[in-house]
Amino acid sequence: MMRYLWPFVAFVVLAGFLYVGLGLDPHEVPSPLINKPAPAFTLPQLYDPAKQFVSQDMKGQVWLLNVWASWCVSCREEHPVLMALSRQHIVPIYGLDYKDKNEDGKAWLRNGGDPYTLVATDKDGRVGIDYGVYGVPETYLIDKQGVIRYKQIGAVTQESLKEKILPLIVELQAK
Amino acid sequence: MKYPLILLICLLPTFSYAGEAKDLAEDPVLEQRMVNLAQNLRCLVCQNESLASSRADLAKDLRQEVREQMKKGMTDQQIIDYLVSRYGDFVLFDPPVKSYTLLLWYGPFVLLLMGVAGLALQLRKRKNTATEVQLSAEEAQRAAALLNPPKDSQT
Repeated sequence: MMRYLWPFVAFVVLAGFLYVGLGLDPHEVPSPLINKPAPAFTLPQLYDPAKQFVSQDMKGQVWLLNVWASWCVSCREEHPVLMALSRQHIVPIYGLDYKDKNEDGKAWLRNGGDPYTLVATDKDGRVGIDYGVYGVPETYLIDKQGVIRYKQIGAVTQESLKEKILPLIVELQAK
Repeated sequence: MKYPLILLICLLPTFSYAGEAKDLAEDPVLEQRMVNLAQNLRCLVCQNESLASSRADLAKDLRQEVREQMKKGMTDQQIIDYLVSRYGDFVLFDPPVKSYTLLLWYGPFVLLLMGVAGLALQLRKRKNTATEVQLSAEEAQRAAALLNPPKDSQT
């Protein structure tokens, strides 16, 4: 009996690991920036490149930084979710148009609607590197002290909003 | 007149290559240093490729970033720290020994030890069970007869 038991236990353990592995997404790399101060940046605004968006000015409020681009396919999937969120006026959404042409970005927002309070443009992707962006869209939840509290890799969905982002926003806004 | 022209035509392909390897030509020493460093870093877009070999846009940007930081005089370790602080330990192909990577680093040795221990246990058990069989005088005689048949019966 014992001679069959141990191989069976080993098999079950291995199968358990493999099963858990199936549910993991290798593209979701946990960001080391969680609970760290959001890197400061100053970038030209999309609609008025002469004006600057200064990330330090955002201190004192909870806000979302959504990294997007007109060339990004998953952003299309995410867009209606962001539109719905912006209509609820719970949290300001700031856009970072990542490695995009201004005209393309503007056209994209004209067609699909503009959920953003303001959009900054990161033409060479430098700020993106500072934030550890490796795939668009990515969304950062930043608290009143300017600390990154959550990072959504890939499109924001109704589920991720409901389960993680919105409860966290309520919690952070109460602080 | 004919030969210089042929020579020129033969050289044409080399001219067309000059454009592509521009970065290398700028500063071959720095480029080599960048490549050496980037070979041990992971491209986050195509995760099984190194930063040195990937053609993803992000990899290109990061290679440029590494070049610029090298020009600023940062050491390799400083550049690695810079990237790790943004992208996490995941960018390193060689993961550091930390509390949560102990299993990764030493797990195989634990498995090896368990295997050796299991083998030793099995061997000891077998030694105990497989005792030498004592033959009676009659049995020994029979065995000898079977093993060494009389010479005359062989033909």
